[in-house]
Amino acid sequence: MDRSLSDLLTQPQLTPDRVEKKPKLLVFSTEKISDPAIDLAGLLKKHYPYSVYTISVPCSSCIKPRWIMKAYEKGFAGVFIAADGTDCSFGESCVEKTSATISQTHSLMKEKGLKPSQLKMAALCSVCAEPFVKHMTSFIKELESLVVSSKS
Amino acid sequence: MNRKKIGVYVCHCGGNISDYVDIEKVKAAVKDEADVYLVKNTLFACADSSQKEMVNDIQNDQLDAIVVASCSPKLHLNTFRGVAERAGLNPYNYIQANIREQSSWAHSNNKPGATEKAIHLVKAAIAKARESEPLFSKKIPASNVVSVIGAGIGGMRSAISLADMGTEVYLIEKAEKVGGHVAGFGKVFPVNKTGIQLIAELYEEVRKRTNIKLFLNAELIEKKGSIGNFEIRVKTGTEVLILHVGGFVVNTGFENYQPTNGEYGFGQFNNVITLPEFKKLVDFSDKLEFKGKPVKTVAYIYCAGSRQDEEGENKYCSRFCCTSAIHTSIIAREKFGDITNIHFHRGIRTYGKQELIYEQASRNGDMFLQFNLESIPEISSKGDKALVKVKDLLTHGKNIEAEVDLVVLVTGMVPRENKSLESNLKIPLGRDNFFNEIHMKLRPVETVIDGVFIAGTCQSPKNILETLNSSQAASAKANSVLTKGELSLEPVLAKLNPANCTWCGKCAEACSFEAIETVDYETRKVARIVEANCKGCGMCTPVCPSDAIDLAGFTNAQMEAMIDALAD
Repeated sequence: MDRSLSDLLTQPQLTPDRVEKKPKLLVFSTEKISDPAIDLAGLLKKHYPYSVYTISVPCSSCIKPRWIMKAYEKGFAGVFIAADGTDCSFGESCVEKTSATISQTHSLMKEKGLKPSQLKMAALCSVCAEPFVKHMTSFIKELESLVVSSKS
Repeated sequence: MNRKKIGVYVCHCGGNISDYVDIEKVKAAVKDEADVYLVKNTLFACADSSQKEMVNDIQNDQLDAIVVASCSPKLHLNTFRGVAERAGLNPYNYIQANIREQSSWAHSNNKPGATEKAIHLVKAAIAKARESEPLFSKKIPASNVVSVIGAGIGGMRSAISLADMGTEVYLIEKAEKVGGHVAGFGKVFPVNKTGIQLIAELYEEVRKRTNIKLFLNAELIEKKGSIGNFEIRVKTGTEVLILHVGGFVVNTGFENYQPTNGEYGFGQFNNVITLPEFKKLVDFSDKLEFKGKPVKTVAYIYCAGSRQDEEGENKYCSRFCCTSAIHTSIIAREKFGDITNIHFHRGIRTYGKQELIYEQASRNGDMFLQFNLESIPEISSKGDKALVKVKDLLTHGKNIEAEVDLVVLVTGMVPRENKSLESNLKIPLGRDNFFNEIHMKLRPVETVIDGVFIAGTCQSPKNILETLNSSQAASAKANSVLTKGELSLEPVLAKLNPANCTWCGKCAEACSFEAIETVDYETRKVARIVEANCKGCGMCTPVCPSDAIDLAGFTNAQMEAMIDALAD
């Protein structure tokens, strides 16, 4: 079932304590390069919104548009691809191939009334903890403002 | 689909997780998930006692899959895959949820948020485990023979190390002699031996070992097969040899940076030369003269071709050149007496023991002036001499001029161009165009091409000691992989459903590893995955218009089940 942006803030609260509701953001991250950066952010206790969830993949070029669309359909407000960039151990062509996936997904998103800015990609090397946190914080803020404008 | 019995273990990691994540809430939230048979918490999941408990549970309760919610898989994926294997469970039916680095630590400022996220991460891992299928590594025989490409100082060191561990070595050198750049060096720091002596000693060791076969004037022209079983063709003169090897250690070295015309006056003024040219002058002349004129004052301009700005290609530091320039300036003074050395640098990087020669040069009275990219030294001609002008950062930007007999550009390393080798071995290049290792800290000397290891300066600029260290590391790694005589291949491979395939060729086009070919299936052509070549990157999967390819371990069913669980 498709969800509108304004539905995104109605996710069930799973803990009785107060949890500040945030739009959900799904990150596809690569096992060898960007996963270590995300782990490093945690190790350094660099905080970012808790509604950021990560799924690991071997290489960003294996991400299918249908997975991204599934995330929106299920209620994620944004999807972020943490790519290896030119550091990819499978070869530099992964950047070009992931970009092609993003273009294809943008077309599918348009059909569903989703904004292209709800899908982002950036290269993250294995020590890019700080850039990861910045990307997540600013993306969540952007998604919050999208939700607000959608509601109004 | 058959129901699975899944065991879930939630780790406290001492207090690293449980100080921020409410473990009891996590357990309560996941216990009723479909297929979850048991949920336990454990103080340290990685402790021997916890591992034994998991083995017992898997065996006694006939579990089909287990989930451990703990730290990063980078730390303990293999630990828990080992637990599964010891209990008779397929290791790929083990899924790890990272609730430490990605939950308790990342959200230590928000305990309810960390708990909520941990619950979702564990549910996603359970969903993946539910969809997981046993994957089986293929065992293939492996030949304990390694082809070392390049017989410079690193290549010979690799060959000797491998030979001493019992590996047969084919040492393949393109040139007519061994030794590479180092064979042309005079004294090198810190051993006080010449490069020629070092090479002669290593060459003698190579000759002593009957399990090293050296091919000079030889070039790898073709490679077939995969790790453990490569067939290579090596051209030596007019002859082409066919050899069988299990792997490669690539030690093909570097090239010296060649300054562009006009760069610091190079090619424009007669008395501007590079460091390798100056080293030859110092090492092999009786008098320090250049073009018939005595040299008494030398200006060294550092970082020529290294640490370039955004317009230059070489952003990296070449690591050896500060030491080499200072060492050469010391040798020049020792050998030729009254030489004035003026060093124009961008911060001296004589790290570790090499700091000693920086100190020695300073004590000798060498002058050190510092510049940055905003105000690089200007070179002009003044009669027979060269005039070097610089704004010196060490004297608060004072403009200083020096009249010198010779300007030496301290040039760094650049990657050696070797298209044929790149294409035959398919080693990816990094952003600096050197060969790319998988990870400088976690998996150094390994490349994404199984069985191909890289060492020395073909991977990145290194000094001689660093080259020898990485050469020994690559040898140890190659030997450890091949010495058992058989190999287990990683089972994360592309899987094709031929019923859905209409052979458009897009998957083969997307694959960088020649892992997809076409075969006849019923009355039509379909794709076939060449498992020995498949690297498990999945590049072929999203391009298939009929979604006929899945990646084992990352199937549509698994990924979409995880998305469902995370979104819930």
